[in-house]
Amino acid sequence: MTKKQKKMLYRIIVSFVLLVLIALLPLEEGWLTGVLYLVPYLVIGYDILKKAVLGVVHGEVFDENFLMAVATVGAMLLGEYQEGAAVMLFYQIGELFQSVAVGKSRRNISALMDIRPDYANLEKEDGSLEQVDPDEVAIGSVIVVKPGEKIPIDGQICDGSSVLNTSALTGESLPREVAAGDMVVSGCVNMSGLLKIRTTREFGESTVSKILDLVENSSMKKAKAENFITRFAHYYTPAVCYSALALALLPPIINLIAGNPGNWGDWVNRALTFLVISCPCALVISIPLSFFGGIGGASARGILVKGSNYLEMLSKTRYVVFDKTGTLTKGVFEVTEVVPDENWAALVREKLAAGEASLSLGETCRLGDASQAGETAQTGETAGEDRAKKTPGDLLLEYAALAESYSDHPISKSLRKACSDRNSGGDSDRNSDRNSDRNSGQSPQGSLSETGAVLKVGNDRVKDVEEISGHGVKAKVRVGIPGFPANGAGTSYCEVAAGNGKLMRQLGIAFTEADAAGTVIYVAIDGVYAGHILISDVPKEHSADAVRELKASGVRKTIMLTGDNRRVAQAVASELHVDEVHSGLLPADKVEQVEKLLAQKGKKEILAFVGDGINDAPVLSRADVGIAMGALGSDAAIEAADIVLMDDDPRKISLAMRISRKCLRIVYENIVFALAVKAVCLILGATGYASMWLAIFADVGVMVIAVLNAVRCLKVDSRP
Amino acid sequence: MKKTYKIEVDCANCARKMEEAAAKVEGVAAATVSFMTQKMNVEFAEGADVKNVMQNVVKACKKVESDCEVYI
Repeated sequence: MTKKQKKMLYRIIVSFVLLVLIALLPLEEGWLTGVLYLVPYLVIGYDILKKAVLGVVHGEVFDENFLMAVATVGAMLLGEYQEGAAVMLFYQIGELFQSVAVGKSRRNISALMDIRPDYANLEKEDGSLEQVDPDEVAIGSVIVVKPGEKIPIDGQICDGSSVLNTSALTGESLPREVAAGDMVVSGCVNMSGLLKIRTTREFGESTVSKILDLVENSSMKKAKAENFITRFAHYYTPAVCYSALALALLPPIINLIAGNPGNWGDWVNRALTFLVISCPCALVISIPLSFFGGIGGASARGILVKGSNYLEMLSKTRYVVFDKTGTLTKGVFEVTEVVPDENWAALVREKLAAGEASLSLGETCRLGDASQAGETAQTGETAGEDRAKKTPGDLLLEYAALAESYSDHPISKSLRKACSDRNSGGDSDRNSDRNSDRNSGQSPQGSLSETGAVLKVGNDRVKDVEEISGHGVKAKVRVGIPGFPANGAGTSYCEVAAGNGKLMRQLGIAFTEADAAGTVIYVAIDGVYAGHILISDVPKEHSADAVRELKASGVRKTIMLTGDNRRVAQAVASELHVDEVHSGLLPADKVEQVEKLLAQKGKKEILAFVGDGINDAPVLSRADVGIAMGALGSDAAIEAADIVLMDDDPRKISLAMRISRKCLRIVYENIVFALAVKAVCLILGATGYASMWLAIFADVGVMVIAVLNAVRCLKVDSRP
Repeated sequence: MKKTYKIEVDCANCARKMEEAAAKVEGVAAATVSFMTQKMNVEFAEGADVKNVMQNVVKACKKVESDCEVYI
């Protein structure tokens, strides 16, 4: 409890004791009793009376203080001393209860979002450590993060290695391994080793500050439901006051005109009850609290919502438009299939059989195929005993990778990566390589050096490289395996051509055209067609689940936009069950497509666009709701989007939708519940059936129930 | 220019009143008060004297809600 709340608690106790004492005194009805009751009344209600007077003076007439003051003073004047004091007492108890409950839920929700680091361990020149405010750390300083501490500022690790827990940022508890040289973002918790970090940003520019800023300002953008309540309160309170006034005056006057007794006391009493019931607090407090809870609950799961209006819109989303690359797919090109030509494979097998007996063979060495002695380039798991063996597929890949080894083209990179994955498969550093690859997103620079090291690019295995623009590459390549290459010239060079169909035609080499979705590289060795390699962007593991979950949660149509060709787009779309595909789009075309969809949809239907935030900024801002994913460490995405998914799991979209729906449902529950109870009580009050006690329940009780209901917004199951 | 101030206010309706009062102060282009985060965001008009304007904002807020605190 805060100081204010404690003070109020004492006042409540004092005035309650006084009330009981006075009630027990053997007193005659009369003005003396009134004066005695005035003491507890003033103890408990002086601030309300003061605020009511101040309100009138400042022209803020109709607020809850005014209502309470009029109601209780009226009761006192009517001689209902006990009731007047008791109503004020119970109103204050209710207010206190509400203030404690709201304060507590507010703090609980804030705690969920509290990723603010309190201090940084700054390393001084003499090597000693000093705890300082993160704000005071200059760029380029060295800070030390001990196990269990939060990384306070973005930076680069200059010493040490550890495992980081990013759950405060992403909501995912999958730990991330880091070592010297890696960039780290603030907000992660260091789990194991001591890290020395050279800061690359000021605290105010660090990830953690940006996220905090975003979340804390989110309640500034108000949802329609919230604005409705504000507007509602604006008209409601005066309307109620005038109704109460009419209730107090009109019936007695009519009675008098009709010649009956005026019955003033009864009608004024009813009017006062009416006033107490009408207080709009339950709505005014519970609606923002519900949204706040929803936003807090979402941010604890790595979903940042920039305003309650977006939470509201998300619940009405009927169309979800995806960008393909990086959103539904990994955005990293991978070798998905290596298909040696049958004739060539037979030739190779013959040659190899002579030199190496223990060769395992396959017609098509499809990556990820379990029959390939557990060898897959995707997982890099090669059983140790199989490492020395080479299949025609391996050799095909190795030739192609070597031929392309001088090129910086993404396709060349993925060829080299697949090749090194196969050759060094099973190495312990494979996982960290994958991680760094994913984290750097579009530019897998981090893994290239390792790949290069495995292939020893630049040594004497490749020479006379000739790039034929728009076609492919020709090079002389040596693969050091006895009894090989195919021309039987031992370790001498053979000429490799790798490229598209045009290259094969240009060189006059007969080849079988592959029918597959993705980029196909045809390889010819010494003028003989050797097979093709398929490179494509693979869908994320959970993309299909994500699309299905969206459909289940009421999305009418899912649409995928991509710059890729139709065949690739169709293949991904049918695998993921996306309803509509538009392929071959330039970034500007995507905006056009979204605008077309916006024009088609119904007025109350919301269109959400999901992208990775890198080239999507215009579309993100054009759509009703822009969702950026994989935003950890990407400021551009955080800026451009309305909703930010910190990691790149597409299932978070449907989770966000479920959170928004639950939140909105609770908001409407509260609105309907509060208004219905009030309406019933108001009618009962006007007709004289409701006592002051019911009035207090209608005000405070409804409010507390609504607040407790609002707190439910925090909890949404991760799975549907 | 935009600035955020920490505030202390007891009820959501009071926060709304403060928001209305602050927005009316001369030199304030827009003001939002969040009861939940107990923060006030003030966007100042071009060339406004922040210190002066904020003093008036506090005055205006105190007027509508005597219990509130604004920490400048």
